[in-house]
Amino acid sequence: MMSNYKLHITILLAILTTDICAEPVSGYEYIKPETQVMQDDDFANPGLLSVDRGEELFNKKYEKGKACADCHGAEGDKFNIKRLARYPMYKNRTEEIITLQKRIKNCQSTITDKPLQTDHPDLIALETFVRNRAHGEKVNVKTDGPVAELLKEGEKLFTTRYGLIDMSCQHCHGFYPGQMIRGQKISQGQANGFPAYRLATGEMANLHLRIQQCMTLLRAEPFETDSKEINLLGLYLMSRSNGLAIETPAVRY
Amino acid sequence: MINKKCLLSSLLILFINNSIADTNIISPAEENYCQWEVTDYAIDKPLCGYNGNAERGKAIASDGSKGNCLACHQLPIDGIEAYGTIGPPLSGIGSRQTEGFIRLRVVDTRNINPMSIMPGFYRDPKLINRPGKPYIGRTFLTAQQVEDVIAYLVTLK
Repeated sequence: MMSNYKLHITILLAILTTDICAEPVSGYEYIKPETQVMQDDDFANPGLLSVDRGEELFNKKYEKGKACADCHGAEGDKFNIKRLARYPMYKNRTEEIITLQKRIKNCQSTITDKPLQTDHPDLIALETFVRNRAHGEKVNVKTDGPVAELLKEGEKLFTTRYGLIDMSCQHCHGFYPGQMIRGQKISQGQANGFPAYRLATGEMANLHLRIQQCMTLLRAEPFETDSKEINLLGLYLMSRSNGLAIETPAVRY
Repeated sequence: MINKKCLLSSLLILFINNSIADTNIISPAEENYCQWEVTDYAIDKPLCGYNGNAERGKAIASDGSKGNCLACHQLPIDGIEAYGTIGPPLSGIGSRQTEGFIRLRVVDTRNINPMSIMPGFYRDPKLINRPGKPYIGRTFLTAQQVEDVIAYLVTLK
């Protein structure tokens, strides 16, 4: 049997060596210093190409003669920044989770008969551009009301094991942030930087794509695009980031 | 803020032993799954009765697409750029633990700690949730590969 004294030391060590109880910390704090420099530099951050592409599309006239910019301003200057930081939102009337991308897509379908497919690179560029309007604003996902139940479902998905590697999101991003997987530091899996530029793929990924990429890494069958599961997990992940400043486009591994 | 739930989780973590796998994906060839038996926190009999080869085991342990032990553990292998720090270093594991205990750890460590992050390298494929299509019905490593890794680990005195 462990003595009381030893048990206390053990508990203390457990608390000191894990930050599962810690406040949310942006993925920015876990990337390498050179990657931080890249993110902070307006010329070196590759994600800003996606912002530019998004702005171009935002100002493009669709076949009905209208552009997003006609309502929201050429630079998206008419957006309510506080509202942008609320996504994903829950729409009571239709009982669905509305991600920022979904909102853009819905809006787009009023000015074109050919809205882009979910997670199409151009739609991600638009999402990146719009989310970037709220750069520095704190993530502020609603967590009460009917959303509370959805967050419980999302948390369950977060703590479920998937794939041949048989780990949950929580195993890495809940229990081991700060530890190394080979050369990379494990982050808390915060969502405030997404859509983000990924060094590993050389492409932009929004939160849902990143979840799918993570699941593929676990040798699991990823949740399908637009599925209930990916929306629930995405909502839960973004709610975990409440209070963190939006960094879109972040640079991440 | 530290609450009861956090404290409990923190304690559990202490007893978690672990490993993680890499992006490079090569699935072992399909083979018949051999059942194994746990007695006193050990699997004493080699999987499918195979003999392990320590040299092959060392290669499997450091190969990112196979055992990928280095993703989480430090191993006494020269010329490795980066080790993971999730699991304990494995130097001297052969003098600290018995072969049967090491086998259980590698095969399916959750028999020891249900919360462990370490994948079961020869876990029953039926127990895997949402396996990717190429991996349905498969184990992480083949029985032979597991035996090779164990043959290597017991040499780490």
